[in-house]
Amino acid sequence: MADLNLVEAVREGLRQELARDRKVVVLGEDVAKDGGVFRSTDGLFEQFGPERVIDTPLAESGIVGMAIGMAVAGYRPVAEIQFSGFVYPAYDQLVSHASRLRNRSRGLYACPLVVRMPYGGGIRALEHHSESMEAIFAHVPGLKVVIPSNPYDAKGLLAAAIRDPDPVIFCEPARIYRAVRMEVPDEAYEVPLGEAKVVREGVDISVIAWGALVRTARQAAEQLAQEGVCDVEVVDVRTLSPLDTGTVLASVQKTGRALVVHEASRTGGFGAEIAAQIQEQALLQLQAPVRRVAGSDVIPPLAKLEDYFQPSMNLLVNEIRATMEF
Amino acid sequence: MPVTNLMTFNVSRMEVMDLDGNVDAGLMPDLSPEQVAELYGIMVLTRRLDERMLKLQRQGRLGTFARVLGQEAAHIGAAYAMREGDWLVPAFRETGSFIVRGIPVERVLQYWGGDEWGQHFPEGSRVLPVSVPVGTHMLHAVGIGWAMKQDRERVAVLTVFGDGATSEGDFHEAMNFAAVFQAPAVFLCQNNHWAISVPYGRQTAAASIAQKAIAYGMPGIQVDGNDVFAVYRVVRDALDRARNGEGPTLVEAHTYRMADHTTSDDARKYRPPEETAYWQERDPLERLARYMRRKGLLDEAREAETLARAEAEVDRVVAAYEAFPAPPPDDLFAHLYAEMTPALRAQRDALLAALGEGE
Repeated sequence: MADLNLVEAVREGLRQELARDRKVVVLGEDVAKDGGVFRSTDGLFEQFGPERVIDTPLAESGIVGMAIGMAVAGYRPVAEIQFSGFVYPAYDQLVSHASRLRNRSRGLYACPLVVRMPYGGGIRALEHHSESMEAIFAHVPGLKVVIPSNPYDAKGLLAAAIRDPDPVIFCEPARIYRAVRMEVPDEAYEVPLGEAKVVREGVDISVIAWGALVRTARQAAEQLAQEGVCDVEVVDVRTLSPLDTGTVLASVQKTGRALVVHEASRTGGFGAEIAAQIQEQALLQLQAPVRRVAGSDVIPPLAKLEDYFQPSMNLLVNEIRATMEF
Repeated sequence: MPVTNLMTFNVSRMEVMDLDGNVDAGLMPDLSPEQVAELYGIMVLTRRLDERMLKLQRQGRLGTFARVLGQEAAHIGAAYAMREGDWLVPAFRETGSFIVRGIPVERVLQYWGGDEWGQHFPEGSRVLPVSVPVGTHMLHAVGIGWAMKQDRERVAVLTVFGDGATSEGDFHEAMNFAAVFQAPAVFLCQNNHWAISVPYGRQTAAASIAQKAIAYGMPGIQVDGNDVFAVYRVVRDALDRARNGEGPTLVEAHTYRMADHTTSDDARKYRPPEETAYWQERDPLERLARYMRRKGLLDEAREAETLARAEAEVDRVVAAYEAFPAPPPDDLFAHLYAEMTPALRAQRDALLAALGEGE
């Protein structure tokens, strides 16, 4: 066991996959000698060399397009997009090709690649460095979308993503890259894709979250428990696509109340999909409307206004109270 | 401070065969009479197929497709220069390339007939499916080329696209990545002068596509795209360079789209008839036939025989195409992921139930 933060867990996951399978390669901007702007690939270039850890020209569509060709030819590329807000030029390659090659060729070709990117706000960064765009990926048939919330899951989900036969978008919450340390096994392991996890059991209300907000949800739950208001169950979605509807529904059917929280802007956010699934399949167990706590429908702001954009623990506490009092 | 000349460059154009079928002996590639006859046979077959496909489309027996009329020398000559193990990364106007690479032609019709199974090419064919989004697929050739190099396979990747594709940003990224990584890739631009209704001069102010290679640090050459020998020669040399670890090449095949963009288009609306007439005189098939007649490789009997063989093959292909059963409705859900997701299973079951075919 090692005490790792999330970025270290990602690095260990990459290192072990690179060591396990010579077809695994890492490519992106500044991933080699520099070790990545967040240091998530630090030391990999030295260990595996320039043919396995590859600095590319500065072109996101090029990185993902090239990775598609590598994947078609039998490799397992792990492409890094430096910040999620820079992924848009590569969106075309992901939507037009990566997600479709298996379907287009009726299974002759597949696209087993991973696109990693730091995701979400909270790091007081420049414009385009704080985006939460999981919904536009989760909306695309043929892609998988994974968002870890802690170091243990990050390492295991990344291993599963790299070994997965289909393209996986892997969003790493930059805000908690270094916020938490936890015991992570030394050996390689997989956390299966497509499985949500109840990370705090409770009986009164289900808070459904992913990424950095899982931590916020747990903090809110602890506060409400201390105040004797209610006993909150927290569900960490972990994989948005394919969504583990079963775990979400089982929780809501047990508690009778649900609140979905995400940092991405509210309208058309992935919370809407989860809320819709709950009302379609668990209406009669509900004692209150399913609420969404989400970023406002605004451009992710710069540092001065950032705290007003992100759902805070206090907001979450208030929304949970409101749902309980409905 | 002096101003010095940083760089001077030349861009070449190669023609091997003139309009009357006379060839430059020094440039003529080493092709046996049997190979020349084979090339001719494939070009005739491709043209007959293109014509028949148009009829089928007009009769409602085939969907919208992109015709290849007039571009036979370019995309067939190039594919003919490939070797076993080479990869083809096509756009959507390369029917003859598919034939050269051994793709069952009925599959091509099956695809344009509206069935994705038409792109389930034989295992190991190393031919990627048709790519409809213009100018995005060349990057895949770079990645495949990188992989082949990494695997120490002495093979090359040929990717084909049109003049319109060179306006796309991904053309730039693909050329740049290919040169930086010295990928064993050959970029073949079928410059057919029209991207639907927009002419070459509106795609680029550059005098040639070939010269764009210079800026990326790779060789570029223009070739008479209606001269099958020149295309074959230039692409063969470029593929050899790639296999030998000498990096990528851009080849501009200067040709012309004699037909409409697709069967949904009407080029009379935007294209001057005299331009088409000019290119009609440069018809690639007729030009090869003139050469073969001069060399005694083609007479009326052999011409008729080639045509009859092509017609018979087209008949066979159409019959095979029309005998393909339509895919079952649940095929819709089966190929998104290696393993069907729970949501897709539910959606499949709902569709089948609605159709009265529930499990």
